[in-house]
Amino acid sequence: MSLLRTENVIMQFGGVVAVNDLNIDIKKGELAALIGPNGAGKTTAFNVITGVYTPTSGKVLFTPTDKNGATTEIDITGKKPDKITGMGVARTFQNIRLFKELTVLENVLVATHLNADYSFLSAMLRAPKARKGERQAKMDCEFLLERLGLIDLKNEKASSLPYGQQRHLEIARALATKPQLLLLDEPAAGMNPQETDELTDLIFKLKTDFDLTIFMIEHHMDLVMEISDHIYVLDFGCTIAKGTPDEVQNNPKVIEAYLGVDADVED
Amino acid sequence: MKETQNSIGAYLKLHWKTAVFLVVLLIGIGLADIFVDSYMRRLLNLCAIYVIVSLAMNLVNGFTGQFSLGQAGFMAIGAYTVAVFTVPIESRAAIFYLEPMAPFLANIQLPFIVALILGGLASVVVAFFIGSPCLRLRGDYLAIATLGFSEIIRIVFTNTQSITNGALGIKSIPTISSLWWTYGTALLIIIATVLLINSTYGRAFKSIREDEIAAEAMGVGLFKTKMTSFLIGAFFTGIGGGLFAALLGTVDPKQFYFTLTYNFLLIIVLGGMGSISGTIIASFVVTLGQEALRFLDEPMAFGLDLPIFRPGLRMVVFSFLLMVIVLFYRKGLMGTNELTWDFIAQKYRSIKKKLSGKKTSTEGGGN
Repeated sequence: MSLLRTENVIMQFGGVVAVNDLNIDIKKGELAALIGPNGAGKTTAFNVITGVYTPTSGKVLFTPTDKNGATTEIDITGKKPDKITGMGVARTFQNIRLFKELTVLENVLVATHLNADYSFLSAMLRAPKARKGERQAKMDCEFLLERLGLIDLKNEKASSLPYGQQRHLEIARALATKPQLLLLDEPAAGMNPQETDELTDLIFKLKTDFDLTIFMIEHHMDLVMEISDHIYVLDFGCTIAKGTPDEVQNNPKVIEAYLGVDADVED
Repeated sequence: MKETQNSIGAYLKLHWKTAVFLVVLLIGIGLADIFVDSYMRRLLNLCAIYVIVSLAMNLVNGFTGQFSLGQAGFMAIGAYTVAVFTVPIESRAAIFYLEPMAPFLANIQLPFIVALILGGLASVVVAFFIGSPCLRLRGDYLAIATLGFSEIIRIVFTNTQSITNGALGIKSIPTISSLWWTYGTALLIIIATVLLINSTYGRAFKSIREDEIAAEAMGVGLFKTKMTSFLIGAFFTGIGGGLFAALLGTVDPKQFYFTLTYNFLLIIVLGGMGSISGTIIASFVVTLGQEALRFLDEPMAFGLDLPIFRPGLRMVVFSFLLMVIVLFYRKGLMGTNELTWDFIAQKYRSIKKKLSGKKTSTEGGGN
């Protein structure tokens, strides 16, 4: 069953077509990757899915599972980002966007706001309902921080964390929204090989533990080839290849996009 | 029952310092209420009102990061609501001598507390209409719109003679002289704000200040959250305005020039955008400071005839002091910190360390 589908999505900025005719189909429980050279439109695709941009044309369809286990396909094209997050799509950012002045714990707690079921009036009076909600949220978040190895830093300012841990915090924050689909925008950017290996393990574990479907943009090919079930390759906004890692690896178009065409062959 | 007793006990054990501080504070207000003279009483009342309005402004500007300059306008709404509804009916004919009061209002008189809350609610309604278009946009539109609004509301009040008595203003509003009204309200609003800021709503406000795009991606509805903050701010400001009217006993449009807003802006910048305790400290510093420097406005001569001390010098000195503070504390006195017991203990330790460090170094130099 597909969890996220896009139908002929086109995203134009003036004369520039950043994403051209994007058709993706991510099945529930799989780990898909989106790769391509710089400027191929990968992050734009993410922004269209999460509602930051409304596509020029085309549709984005999401099929969440509700509490009773029922599924309905919802058209989320052009919906507000917070509404889409509320339905179960969470994301991280390529250029880390943490709430710098807030503590690590507060950063994660912000993401529980959409599940808070008490009003601002009961918050101002510290009513029992507010207190209970607050306690529950704190427990959930501390559990997440524990999982991502950040629990000892929970009272530090987010901006004081080293780079790798800031990336982890972004993932923890995204998980706190209780997503069904997690979009990771270059989670391993700027990490050394050892950190990348650790991250690979982590992503894999989180996927099974939280019953997630993951869609990620990544440049580390060994990471992508190792863990993805499906790969989509973008170049200049067009999908030039899709399939399993093996299929993509041997696709001449992909090799051409990444390495360029051999001048001798072209002649 | 036992459980609640237990939880109260646990709460007291955890926060006994705060509880003691609150009791001392209440006794302090009570004593001040009995002993201070009427000049000091008015000044202290004014401090409390400034605390309320600045706190409301800091909620929107400092915590939510939305630059709003409508404080004077919202205060005017609160002040006029209290004025119109509490002026004794028998003295209305004398006040509205140019044009009689509109018949639908002429015979309504409400208790002060009801009029005060009504003033807050009236501010909220107006804030909703300003906020609906402006809070959807990013950038400085809100500042421009609210600044314009506060001027518009002043001009409207100048011209609706049958309701507000126009430029003549409304006199003989029953005054409050007890400190309990202002300090009681201020205390309630401070506590409510602290609880709000430490709840999920407060964190949502702060997340918008830090990064709108990330906040939205984490499920924080931008418009709704900004609106919540803006409306709460308007409510508190309206209440502050109502108390202001009842403190002075008179309202007229000239009190609500937009320069009034800059007083509050000054306070929150000085105290720290995003610090509740900073706002409270700065409210007292600014209000009392402006009074304490009043001697500079009076002519003085030291043998020679130096006409330096003249009306206006007070503001020159005051702005110089402000510049000094802004130079040395760029983020305001408190930044985004709060004056908690931990914070005090930490500061105390660091100062002690510095002092002892200095001592050892001088001793070292002696050898």
